[in-house]
Amino acid sequence: MTILAARAERSGSGRSRRRLRSRRVRRAGLNLLGLLVALVTLFPIFFMVSTAFKPPTEIYSLTPHPLPAHPTLANFRAVIDGSVIGLPYWNFLKNSLFVTLVAVAASSLIALLAAVAVARFRFRFRTTYLIMLLIVQMLPQQALVISLYLDFRSVGLLDSLVGLILVYTTFALPVTILMLRNFVATVPRELEEAAALDGAGPMRIFWRILLPLVAPGLVATSVFAFIFAYNEFIFALTFLNVDTAKFTLPLYVQYFYGRNGAQWGPIMAASTLFTIPVMAFFLLVRRRLAGGLVAGAVKG
Amino acid sequence: MVRTSHRPHQVRGGAQPPRTPGASSPLAGTIKIWVRRHQMAPYLLIVPSLALIAVLVIWPTVQIGEFSFQNYGLPQLAGSEPAQWVGVSNYSQILHDPEFWLSLRLSVISAAVMIPLTLLTGTLVGLLLSRLGRKMAAFVSSVAMLAWATPAVSASVIFVWLATPDGGVVDWFLTKLPSWLGGGAHWAGFSWTNAALPAYTLITALVVWTSFPFIAVSVLAGLRTIPAELHESARVDGGGAWRIFWLITYPLLKPIFLVLLLLSIIWDFGVFTQVYIIIGELGQRDEYNLGIYEYSKAFTMPPAYGLASALAFILTIILLIITLGYVRASVKQGAIQ
Repeated sequence: MTILAARAERSGSGRSRRRLRSRRVRRAGLNLLGLLVALVTLFPIFFMVSTAFKPPTEIYSLTPHPLPAHPTLANFRAVIDGSVIGLPYWNFLKNSLFVTLVAVAASSLIALLAAVAVARFRFRFRTTYLIMLLIVQMLPQQALVISLYLDFRSVGLLDSLVGLILVYTTFALPVTILMLRNFVATVPRELEEAAALDGAGPMRIFWRILLPLVAPGLVATSVFAFIFAYNEFIFALTFLNVDTAKFTLPLYVQYFYGRNGAQWGPIMAASTLFTIPVMAFFLLVRRRLAGGLVAGAVKG
Repeated sequence: MVRTSHRPHQVRGGAQPPRTPGASSPLAGTIKIWVRRHQMAPYLLIVPSLALIAVLVIWPTVQIGEFSFQNYGLPQLAGSEPAQWVGVSNYSQILHDPEFWLSLRLSVISAAVMIPLTLLTGTLVGLLLSRLGRKMAAFVSSVAMLAWATPAVSASVIFVWLATPDGGVVDWFLTKLPSWLGGGAHWAGFSWTNAALPAYTLITALVVWTSFPFIAVSVLAGLRTIPAELHESARVDGGGAWRIFWLITYPLLKPIFLVLLLLSIIWDFGVFTQVYIIIGELGQRDEYNLGIYEYSKAFTMPPAYGLASALAFILTIILLIITLGYVRASVKQGAIQ
């Protein structure tokens, strides 16, 4: 009896050991595959940064190397003092940050009001309003840019960062509202009612209760608005074309590339300086973002 | 904006809050009462967003429709001649233009290649992510999302550099590839941007690279909603990975796949920035897709805003039809509640 039991146990543990090993092999295989996906995906970004640090002789060599053998800052220096197109990088960073930050702040605030309306109230045309947001989000920008160009021309908003801010604020609204409304809906209504019973006015409830509780959601949605406004190209290309000093970063990088076809070192340096901030910002809020991404895009 | 519009707590049927002490002026008090009596709060809250969208999205769309029946061009822009109604002449001119059909064909074919490739890559990576350990999955998905966050302009310039005929990595790699894999010396100095087929191959690679992470993360989120027991019991019953995917995963994730498919169609059919940069602005007419063709009619000399508006209207209608499918799918999923 005891012998049988011991044998059964031993064979059992042998089997489980074998199973354990096969599971370990499979896990290692999957991890390897995951690593491969990460490497392939990262390669273009990595190569941009690596090229930005290469001296011309290495850039034009016939066998490309992944890393610069003699790293140099010359490309960055050329971009930052603007010796290539006449204006320093800071000028364009300033434009981009100004446009993006104002647009993100404005669209977050306006979207929060609308999100409170759709999450907290049932009213006529509520469904119509939500469906309109879904449709507006999908209208092709390269179509609207024609009439917006003509309208902005007649009211003097071309070659103006204000015009861009208006457009970015508006186009960031639908996705921001649709995402924020999920966050507002998760704030328990009882908290607001309790505060109201304690005599807090609507403004106080908004600033002291709703806003702090929705803040994480606001961060997630503002990342979307930020990425959209910071990366936007078609409107900037069309509205800003006379005054180079007003260019935003995407337009600057494209203009830089268009004028200096083969100067890959400085082009990649400019592109790196343009891309890295948005990536750093993105990684900082990554975890919150993944949830918001799905909540906003798949559910609405 | 009236102060009382911020009334997040006021719910129909909910407890009426006590009136705020010290309602400043009689007028403010009257407005406050009127707002409350007519339950205007939600309407006031959506007014700012509605106003911006009406002025900067809906009105321009209506204008596109209007301009498409007019002869809006340079003289009209300068104001020396008024725009005149020309009936459907813009549309008939487009339908008789071989360039329109060429650009439409490029748009349709490239979307037909990009969309399945993006969905397939994204789904496979999503399935892989769901099988990885927590840390590894977080690492791979954040790296992938970096590709998604890369600005279209940077990504396009990077891909042009990777595929440049002198010194680019792609051509170098292809010359080193064994000939049975299609590699060989004939790839040296191959230009990826001089003709439509290689240019759109590059654009497809770029679009897949940019958009698969979004699909992967969405599929992963969907997979996490499926109870683990379901997969386990299927595995115990001897189902292979392929069978399990088609019998369990796919039917449960079908609504998500539908939304992702429709979103991909809308995004990939309307791809603009990447094409604009990779084909080298508006130089090569045989590499235009529908969006670029429309844009070039409006913004190269002499501008033909009427004709471009007709094209823009056609593009909008095509995308609107798909959008309606997307809205229906979203409503069915309970996105509008």
